[in-house]
Amino acid sequence: MRLRQFGAALLSAATLVGGLAACGSSGPSSALAKAKDEKKLTIGVKYDQPGMGLKKPDGTVEGFDVDVAKYIAKELGVPESGITWKEARSANRETFLAQGQVDLIVATYSITEARKPKVTFAGPFYLAHQDTLVRADDTSITSLDSLKGKRICQVTGSNSWKNIAEGTNKESKKVDVTLVPAGAYDECITKLKGNALDAVTTDDMILAGYAKREGSALKVTGAPFTDEKYGVGLKKGDKETCEAVNKAITKMYQDGTIKQLFEKHFSGTGLNFTATGAPPAEGCS
Amino acid sequence: MESLLDFGPLVQEFATILAGFWSTIRLTVMSAVLALVLGTVLVAMRVSPTPVLRSVGTFYVNILRNTPLTLVLLLCALGLSDTLQLTLSRDPGINYYWWAIAGLSAYTAAFVCEALRAGINTVPVGQAEAARAIGLTFTQSLRLIVLPQAFRSVIAPLGSILIALTKNTTIVIVAGYIEASAVMKQMFDDYGGTLPIFLGFAAGYMVLTLPTGFFFGWLARRLAVVR
Amino acid sequence: MSTSVLFDVPGPRARLRNNIITLVSAVVVLGVAYLLISGLADKGQLQGRLWEPFLRADVWTGMIIPGLVATLKAAALSAVLALVFGVVFGLGRLSDHAWIRRPAGAVVEFFRAIPLLLLIFFAQAGPATLSGYTVGVPAFAAVVIGLTLYNGSVLAEVFRAGVLAVPRGQSEAGYSLGLSKSGVMRLILLPQATTAMMPAIISQMVVLLKDTALGWVIAYEELLNFGLKQIPANFGNLIPSAIVISVVYIGINMALAHLATVLERRSRRSRGPAAPAGLAGPTAPAGPPSAESAGISVVADSARVE
Repeated sequence: MRLRQFGAALLSAATLVGGLAACGSSGPSSALAKAKDEKKLTIGVKYDQPGMGLKKPDGTVEGFDVDVAKYIAKELGVPESGITWKEARSANRETFLAQGQVDLIVATYSITEARKPKVTFAGPFYLAHQDTLVRADDTSITSLDSLKGKRICQVTGSNSWKNIAEGTNKESKKVDVTLVPAGAYDECITKLKGNALDAVTTDDMILAGYAKREGSALKVTGAPFTDEKYGVGLKKGDKETCEAVNKAITKMYQDGTIKQLFEKHFSGTGLNFTATGAPPAEGCS
Repeated sequence: MESLLDFGPLVQEFATILAGFWSTIRLTVMSAVLALVLGTVLVAMRVSPTPVLRSVGTFYVNILRNTPLTLVLLLCALGLSDTLQLTLSRDPGINYYWWAIAGLSAYTAAFVCEALRAGINTVPVGQAEAARAIGLTFTQSLRLIVLPQAFRSVIAPLGSILIALTKNTTIVIVAGYIEASAVMKQMFDDYGGTLPIFLGFAAGYMVLTLPTGFFFGWLARRLAVVR
Repeated sequence: MSTSVLFDVPGPRARLRNNIITLVSAVVVLGVAYLLISGLADKGQLQGRLWEPFLRADVWTGMIIPGLVATLKAAALSAVLALVFGVVFGLGRLSDHAWIRRPAGAVVEFFRAIPLLLLIFFAQAGPATLSGYTVGVPAFAAVVIGLTLYNGSVLAEVFRAGVLAVPRGQSEAGYSLGLSKSGVMRLILLPQATTAMMPAIISQMVVLLKDTALGWVIAYEELLNFGLKQIPANFGNLIPSAIVISVVYIGINMALAHLATVLERRSRRSRGPAAPAGLAGPTAPAGPPSAESAGISVVADSARVE
């Protein structure tokens, strides 16, 4: 009798392991179909990016990306209550989409040629520019050129440092910098304030979020040198959803929502909304 | 499906992989030496006649043993190195390499200390009494009588600490230093998480850990104190 | 500790020397502490603004406690599964049939030899690739699978050592009563082995709990993830937050370690007079003490560093 109980316990444990491995598998084929049928979407946003996607202590998420995602979800027919937020990190965005752990990703996700084979992008919904964040008392860094010989932050899974070190910027200029590795931009900020590096360089919106949080200690130099096309990441080949998201983006520009959202999150940071219309769509592929 | 059993990536990236494992070995060896020294100092403190030294040793061991290594390494890199600006080298790469070693050895030393303390407990009381009887001081009896016997009785645990240290070097990925596991992570991102890549890296670690285990097992049997 | 056998009861000169050492070491310790604190203050890390979030209720209820719960959830489930894995494979290695013994041994040695982080990475990325991206493994499952396989293999060795350390007369007596092989194992050997190995099992649980921290590398929302990502993102206080989180971890692990000590003392009491404390005073539970005499290369558990 006791042996049988033991066997039953083993068996149930085994089922549990099997169940764990099986859950999380994707259901319907496209995100749009899921939005229409179930009125639910799982959206990947940053949880640690002030101004863009930030999880608050009360469990809610806020930021520019988050609001854009809410708008797009609404246009796809999903109310705010039907959205499950999930943390997307720079290093795991492609994996999350490929594995179907999220339906779409709005997480400071630039459309690049290197990412296109792995991800289908809708958008872009905003054109950001790479800029530089320095200590407020540092006057030596004013442009891309002046970064020469400086220590900049190299965040795993992010492309920003490559744009400088490998010359993939507007001016096609390879600048000789010292790279300091870090796991996340917040670590970069700690290093920057502690004088362990001279500049954190990435998209201006991200930098503006940090500058706002840190107050007067840090400043954005205001010398942009790339165009970052912020897109909505979808599972590779999900053209149907891509078209629908593109429509939502066009509408977001027509009804002026995008400007409102921008001002809600970035007014007072020195960053200005300059776009006159939606950036040209890249086409779904 | 054939791409799933493709060992090609392992061949293509062979140089990178070897460099990754070379970093692992360097981290392991440097940290092992430092941890052994620091651990011995700590155990001497913990059995010393001075109460302050004893409590400092106990405090250190309790703190380090109960903090996840991830946090220890992050506090070294971000706290001591970046915030307090205790840089060990002007070159950031070398600086973080040394801080990774500092973190690994500080953490491992707590375990070395505990193993040695268990070893000291296996030394018969008579040995220490005899040492005192012939007039040896505390340092002399520790150095000449107790520690040599203690070391010999804990060769096997020290070996497994070394193996654990080898495996723990994977965690320096969080402190911004690149070694074998970081190379594997990068390859998973580039080629997908295929079985051949995983098995290749698993084999690499087994080449490092299994012989270490056999060697220390052999050494422990050879040096065992006959009682 | 004045009765330690390592040194004589101090005389006047030794007392003087002790006092000098005490003074010097106290000065050194206080000096280091002062340097650390003044350094942190210098860099503005002690500002109230950075520490104030930890006095707010919503930071605890919304971040630290959910993180702690997630950590404990992953640890508890992995602990149960690892125990099951450990019993199955530990006893499998003791089987009389080579076709059970050899594979069980290979599995245990394999998972013991490779780093946990590799297992967790593969548990997350592997199934997706192998199934052509139709199966996704949530971070929680990847952490649990990794922890189970690794700690289960370690526990398998602990159980095996425990069973081998039970005096042979016990199983002989069992057989002479007419018990079957499985009867002897289940009724005689396993209960005694588990009791004897309890301290080792608990210290492996401490290891397991600490290792859940690796979950943050694959974005599992546990304590470390909240402490090093979400809280600093909101308040810009990475260093203070890391310190607070360390304190939480240390508190929990020390409580568990204390439990191990209490259990060890109880089991020692129930088996007869307490063993005399050695030269260095009582040590933390040191794992299977009899493993060596049983001729196995299982090592003292105080040695497990992961």
